[in-house]
Amino acid sequence: MTRFSAFSLFAKALGGHQGWPEQWPDASPKPAYDAIIVGAGGHGLGAAYYLAKKYGITNVAVIEKGWLGGGNTGRNTTIIRSNYLYDESAHLYDHALKLWDGLSQELNYNTMYSKRGVMMLAHNVHDIQSFKRHIHANRLNGVDNEWLTAEQAKDYCPPLNISPDARYPVLGAALQRRGGTARHDTVAWGYARAAAALGVDIIQNCAVTGIRRGADGAVLGVETERGFIASRRIGVSAAGHSSVIMQMAGLDFPLESYPLQALVSEPVKPVFPCVVMSNTVHAYMSQSDKGELVIGAGTDQYVSYSQRGALHIIEHTLAAICEIFPIFRRMRMLRSWGGIVDVTPDRSPILGKTPVPGLYINCGWGTGGFKATPGAADLLAYTMAKDEPHPINAPYNLDRFRTGRLIDEAAAAAVAH
Amino acid sequence: MLLIHCPYCDQQRAEIEFAYAGEAHIARPLDPAAMSDEDWARYLFIRSNPRGRHHERWRHIHGCGRFFNAVRDTATDKFEATYQAGKPRR
Repeated sequence: MTRFSAFSLFAKALGGHQGWPEQWPDASPKPAYDAIIVGAGGHGLGAAYYLAKKYGITNVAVIEKGWLGGGNTGRNTTIIRSNYLYDESAHLYDHALKLWDGLSQELNYNTMYSKRGVMMLAHNVHDIQSFKRHIHANRLNGVDNEWLTAEQAKDYCPPLNISPDARYPVLGAALQRRGGTARHDTVAWGYARAAAALGVDIIQNCAVTGIRRGADGAVLGVETERGFIASRRIGVSAAGHSSVIMQMAGLDFPLESYPLQALVSEPVKPVFPCVVMSNTVHAYMSQSDKGELVIGAGTDQYVSYSQRGALHIIEHTLAAICEIFPIFRRMRMLRSWGGIVDVTPDRSPILGKTPVPGLYINCGWGTGGFKATPGAADLLAYTMAKDEPHPINAPYNLDRFRTGRLIDEAAAAAVAH
Repeated sequence: MLLIHCPYCDQQRAEIEFAYAGEAHIARPLDPAAMSDEDWARYLFIRSNPRGRHHERWRHIHGCGRFFNAVRDTATDKFEATYQAGKPRR
């Protein structure tokens, strides 16, 4: 693996960028591993990387049904923030946010994490009260979040329409300055390259078809399209397909999988400096470094694995965007797509052990998993290495649905429910 | 957008006339006091969420207003059948 640096870029540029080696090898499965991760998205690849890097478990395979980073890692709107209401959530998402800092240096891969700020617009009295409560709760947890008046919001984001005559007048906003965006694909690629360099096998186009369990109930390995692969430790990080995988081990999970759509506009010059979310109007938007406006919609109403949604959902979102940002009314949209998000009843993830010994789960991130990528990966690796959850992810156990200790995080999704 | 057949109106209508109402055939417990926490968790939170045939409830909210059941393939979004509430599971 060639280390990326200004010097190596310059040296390779002299040769017309011809001499770059492959960033990670396409591995074939070995008969057995110390640990297996199901799902090569950012969360899964990251878990493999941290298993190798922090816990010395390098005989690891990441098994992926399709291609690396082709699921929700490549289908989200790349928003990063940690301004969640409850203590458990603030700890979890801020753990991830701290890891985003310095991730590019650690992986020697530019994830393009940009702290451009995430601004949530308040359109009515209820929004103001709710956001101020969030701000105070966040500050008590050491998470930055501040209140802006409408004028301050306009200063921070000039395209904003703060006219009192607007259909949804902007009365103020909550701003998390450490929030922002990152380049989604590079997160998967960076973790894949760094994990492969530590000895992790990344096996693509190899769907898991079953989970084999021994007489004591513990896992023995996974059945795949390319044969049986043995391992006593299996971590599942399969996003929308988590409940399908867990049913292979005989476990029913409190998950439902919905299509979530997003879309981008034609690329334009830099016009939109931050991330803006409006829960009341049901829209959120940022501008990528390529220049496209990146717009997220809400989930479709029905359970589906089809990775596509209905046009009326997008229409509703674009109507909301045009309402708040009249300057974008004549923008043309280029592409739209759907991902399958696994939603839990309390909108918080399930991250930890399962009733099956040796089987670990990282799922239920719903519509907001990208921001948590480094944190979730780190905590899944910790849980798999120690066979017990870290204090940060201990509350995110499966048992909370039996005990009733839910983490009812209505702010977990980027839009109102 | 889905096209949905309402078994009461006997018409194929656009999805925006309908509201999705979750998995079908989940019966409310007859003796709640006798239920264990596990049973409550199963009733309240556990859903089959299959990739394939899914039994689900819809409500023709901008039409007749009535609930009915449907069988849909969640991989293709194709409806196999819709039938009136109270009729046996297809």
